[in-house]
Amino acid sequence: MISDVTFGQYYPSKSFVHKLDPRIKILLLIAYIVMIFLAQNFLGLIASLLFLTVVIIFSGVPLGSVLKSIKTILFLVIFTALLNILFYSPKEGDTHLFWVVYLEGLISAGFLALRLVSLVMGSSILTLTTTPVSLTDGIESLLSPLKLVKFPVHDLALIMSIALRSIPTLANETERIINAQKARGADFDSGNIIKKAKALIPVLIPLLISAFRRGDELGDAMDARCYSGSKVRTKYKKLTLSARDLVAFLVTAIFFAGVILLNIYELNVLAYFAKIWG
Amino acid sequence: MRIVAEKLSFTYNKKSKFKVDALKDVTLTIEEGSFFGIIGHTGSGKSTFIQHLNGLIPVEKGFLTVGDINLSDKKKIVRKRYKELRSKVGMVFQYPEYQLFAETVYEDVAFGFRNFFPDADKEEEKRAVFETLALLGLGSEYVNQSPLDLSGGQKRRVAIAGVLVAKPEILVLDEPVAGLDPVGKNELMKILHALHENGVVKTVIIVSHDMDEVCENCTEVAVFSEGEVVLSGSPKDVFKNTKLMNELRLGVPITGQLQDSLSEIGVEIDTDFSRDDFVEKVVEYFKNSK
Repeated sequence: MISDVTFGQYYPSKSFVHKLDPRIKILLLIAYIVMIFLAQNFLGLIASLLFLTVVIIFSGVPLGSVLKSIKTILFLVIFTALLNILFYSPKEGDTHLFWVVYLEGLISAGFLALRLVSLVMGSSILTLTTTPVSLTDGIESLLSPLKLVKFPVHDLALIMSIALRSIPTLANETERIINAQKARGADFDSGNIIKKAKALIPVLIPLLISAFRRGDELGDAMDARCYSGSKVRTKYKKLTLSARDLVAFLVTAIFFAGVILLNIYELNVLAYFAKIWG
Repeated sequence: MRIVAEKLSFTYNKKSKFKVDALKDVTLTIEEGSFFGIIGHTGSGKSTFIQHLNGLIPVEKGFLTVGDINLSDKKKIVRKRYKELRSKVGMVFQYPEYQLFAETVYEDVAFGFRNFFPDADKEEEKRAVFETLALLGLGSEYVNQSPLDLSGGQKRRVAIAGVLVAKPEILVLDEPVAGLDPVGKNELMKILHALHENGVVKTVIIVSHDMDEVCENCTEVAVFSEGEVVLSGSPKDVFKNTKLMNELRLGVPITGQLQDSLSEIGVEIDTDFSRDDFVEKVVEYFKNSK
């Protein structure tokens, strides 16, 4: 049950998106997020969803894995949407449906929900197609200008990669400890919230102890290899940009421009479609 | 309590790309009163199998009964009996000292007792904890210490006491002596034998990949490989299959290797592969041949 923490889990494949430079992927994700927030109307949002679809297709990740990432934020999405519907302050000329619900409120709630969902799906594509190691490599490289102001970029990247690497290990450990305590008759499923929280103590304490132990051992192992994170340290895998990255960049740029244009010319586009169908 | 498994199968991550067939049609009977050894490499399915025995992994396919509890029965009633089952089948995982959590040895051992006997009074609890610790060679001077201040071997014995305090009939131990020094290994094995002989627990099941350890201690052995039971029976019946055991890269105990080398030079020794018996038979052979 714990082992399927899908959010952020790497999906091994050799697709176009997988092979992209992690730096480009991070930058494009940022561009994508900006794109979603720039989109002022449904057309723009649909365009960015189209972009997401293209990315998913070229990433080779099954749609199910991407959709799973939504599960964790589903509550948040529903909650914000509900708030938007219930506390919509109506303007002149809005269509009143029933009680406090207005058509415009529904629309804005739907818009918001769609935004949130596409945000999370986009971010999960990054973590699904990038190994934690190359992800931190990318972040380190992107943050390297900060070295000029003595910011410890390398250390930060190292901490991040160790933290990411520890997630599956600790998840395994948790499952083992839960099993061991269940075997000693621990009951995690019944009782009220306080009882349930108390039942977690026999799991959390061993887990904490083991996290400290692992940290200690890792520190010793790094010391034994004279690790210092010094400036002269070279990389086994150097990040290099390729034609692939340029293509990805251009595709994103086109969609980005498209969303901006749709913002400006929304009415014209609608009128155009109306003409075709009308 | 007798354990009967028939065509027991289990698959991890069933629907995903990473699916693993951990158990494939495992058929195995573990009689009450035996000191049972389960041998196999990492990933051979032995851990998956033992976790079935106390319901930590529900039966997916096949048939499994432990005593009178039919675990393959998919009805809800079986789940309600999990607690009863877990008190009857004590499970000691690998490196059990990592599950210690309480501030004192007493509290940690009492944890299991309180879970399984919620109605017992303080006196009973105290008696059970002290008795169990004594069975594992830990005197009353330890009860108020923090488990984290003990030595590795002592921690492990406290952890085993934490399982034993529920008075199980079957004690399952996954690699009980892994990581202990030779003296600690010997001591722990002796304690397990004492528990078994004095009837504290009726059946002992140990998981191991040390052939000598299994051969010296167990009355029955089952060999797991890639989710299947490839050999089972007395140590004598299992370890005479030198070739197969080598192919499985498990090997045979040192006595088996010696027997093999001896038979190459024409000396046939019929032994049950325990060290004492082997030495005796070899001496006998050379006495007779004189």
